[in-house]
Amino acid sequence: MTVTAPAPAGTQRSVLDALEAESIHIIREVLAEFEKPGLLFSGGKDSVVVLHLLAKAVYPARVPIPVVHIDTGHNFGEVINFRDAVVKKYGLNLVVGSVQEYIDRGELKELPDGTRNRLQTRVLLDTIESNGFDVVFGGARRDEDKARAKERILSLRDEFGVWDPRNQRPEIWNLYNGRHEPDWHVRAFPISNWTERDIWSYIQRENIELPPIYFAHKRQVFERDGMWRAVTPVSQPEPNEQVTIKQVRYRTVGDASCTGAVLSAADDVQKVLDELAVSTLTERGATRADDRISAAAMEDRKSEGYF
Amino acid sequence: MSTTLLRIATAGSVDDGKSTLVGRLLHDAKAILADSLDDLARTSAERGFGGEAGALDLALVTDGLRAEREQGITIDVAYRYFSTEKRSFILADCPGHVQYTRNTVTGASTADAAIVLVDARNGVLEQTRRHLGVLALLRVPQLIVAVNKMDLVNWDEARFTQIESEIHVLAAELDLHATTVIPVSALDGDNVVEPSANADWYAGPTLLGLLEDLTLAQPAGAARLDVQYVIRPQGGLAPGLDAEYYRDYRGYAGTLVDGSLSVGDPVQILSNGYPAHSTVKAIGTPAGLVHTAHAGEAIVLELADEVDIARGDTVVAGILPEAVREFDADICVLAPVKLAEGQRVLIKHGAKVAAAKVAQIEHVLNVADYSREAAATLALNDLGRITVRSSAAVSVADYRDSRTGGSFLLIDPATGRTLAAGIIQAHDEAA
Ligand SMILES: Nc1nc2c(ncn2[C@@H]2O[C@H](COP(=O)(O)OP(=O)(O)OP(=O)(O)O)[C@@H](O)[C@H]2O)c(=O)[nH]1
Repeated sequence: MTVTAPAPAGTQRSVLDALEAESIHIIREVLAEFEKPGLLFSGGKDSVVVLHLLAKAVYPARVPIPVVHIDTGHNFGEVINFRDAVVKKYGLNLVVGSVQEYIDRGELKELPDGTRNRLQTRVLLDTIESNGFDVVFGGARRDEDKARAKERILSLRDEFGVWDPRNQRPEIWNLYNGRHEPDWHVRAFPISNWTERDIWSYIQRENIELPPIYFAHKRQVFERDGMWRAVTPVSQPEPNEQVTIKQVRYRTVGDASCTGAVLSAADDVQKVLDELAVSTLTERGATRADDRISAAAMEDRKSEGYF
Repeated sequence: MSTTLLRIATAGSVDDGKSTLVGRLLHDAKAILADSLDDLARTSAERGFGGEAGALDLALVTDGLRAEREQGITIDVAYRYFSTEKRSFILADCPGHVQYTRNTVTGASTADAAIVLVDARNGVLEQTRRHLGVLALLRVPQLIVAVNKMDLVNWDEARFTQIESEIHVLAAELDLHATTVIPVSALDGDNVVEPSANADWYAGPTLLGLLEDLTLAQPAGAARLDVQYVIRPQGGLAPGLDAEYYRDYRGYAGTLVDGSLSVGDPVQILSNGYPAHSTVKAIGTPAGLVHTAHAGEAIVLELADEVDIARGDTVVAGILPEAVREFDADICVLAPVKLAEGQRVLIKHGAKVAAAKVAQIEHVLNVADYSREAAATLALNDLGRITVRSSAAVSVADYRDSRTGGSFLLIDPATGRTLAAGIIQAHDEAA
């Protein structure tokens, strides 16, 4: 796999150039048509790419909107450090909605399984409302799963934050319509048409920095439900689960209590891309899934719930 | 990584085998992950598909849609992604049964190519005429007709040739130039990704082969950019930039939708109907400053003169587009409403939104035989011709010359809902 070279002048442009231009077009429409946009920023690769595109869309001006982090309290320390560094680098305002604070105040109850992905929704909606955001950018992609495949680029949410797939607005040409009723808000997904491979190719081309957990590192892990879980304060092995040290990386960053790692030796972007290419070969063989890859794909699908 | 992106839309009537074809394309192009394949094999077996061990019901790949249909709820366009060595594809899967016009219009509006399915046993049906009519109106650059279920007509060459010539007659009538007809069996996989062993009389490409090799014409015409966003960084400069250098900076951000533009080119600006002149001083792109930008790029223009430009204004090189307050257009109604004469709407054209009115309804199109009928109102999925009156001047172009300059949305001012998609296109009245 090679980096997509920029197309020679006057010829057809590369996939990444086309996707980048589409995303920037969408971002500019949203910035112009809405009064108070925010960017949902988890420190994950997709939201990092959206921020990178936002910066390009308004260059040489500063990113004019705040970033919003819905903090489960179950974080990888590396991701929080990364988030803070990014906020500083771009000169951003950071808005944090804290699931932990809701639990401490008794407004949310810890789930029996201890995971917090599902608890984020309430905090997200409150944060959107209390900050008066009429639109928030998100890094969701349509290739992530079947429901996402039908999501619009500008996705309307009613006053309860509910997405009604039956009542979606058709999106025609590159004419985006963000008008909505007063209590409603919009989620804008400028990288809807990017695939996981596009994201990694772009990260490589643009030399975009990511939290280190995306790359192979040695970590104490144990196996659960076919996934490798990190040993952290919020995810502890059961007595029958054996802790070992493995070389792993993450394909998504989420709630540390339920995000699984994949066994991997990919310690840079090119190697991650190579692994993705291999996973295509695995599909090609149409035989058994390579455990590594299928576990990761499963994890990708499980990481829903944020939007 | 492939180097170009091709956007495809599919259209077909119920049971033509569209789900099977899309499933076959994704499966044979190795775009289905191994774990999904396991699911597919399990579900196929549970449903006793094919009887034969290991047979896959490929229509299940688009299962989400199927479940919805069984529940009788509205089905919408779904997007799928796959790539080969040569290309990346975005496939807009547009269900054909309910609200087909709205779905097809949506998918076709951004498509470089459309695939229409025809059942080899049934040949060209009214629904085929409807789909082709919509695709012609939207001017999808390349049309592919897949004559499916060839296995059920024993790969009869004469049958295929007959359908093929019917399609070509229809395409000529509709002014659809680039039309290719391919005999396939989605079920068996013939001529989808792999060539058929059952049709030695067919020497043409497979469906995927054709999609991989289609050449895309760059939007030619004069350069056009609708200003989306004015960048004035004073007070809010990106960190690390020199405030002194950007003291007087003013950039006009937008997508160059047609043609190309170079530093030093004279440009005209249409600001609410009033023309102004200037020269391109600099062009910023996501990759930095360039001398020349091409259609499709998201750029920022700096001009040599101080001109008063705002969002919604249009920058062009060459002939100034017409700035009009009243114009005729073909529209497709996208919402469950009845559009009537005198109705107040908003128009969104380029980056401009203005109050407008449906001044007149001229006719509704009968999509089955392409005849025009008088109508008092236009309802969901109707295609009709109207006169739009806008409160602000709109810099229109003929859709044939500029997809962006010739297209617009009508929006409900009260709810914000998108009511209709419109195409500005001179009609050949003799036709
Ligand atoms: N013999 C034969 N049967 C086919 C072929 N393609 C599809 N079929 C069958 O035709 C039936 C309808 O196919 P589907 O793929 O469900 O078609 P569809 O109804 O157009 O799909 P929707 O878009 O979901 O409505 C199914 O029983 C398929 O197995 C083919 O090439 N040959």
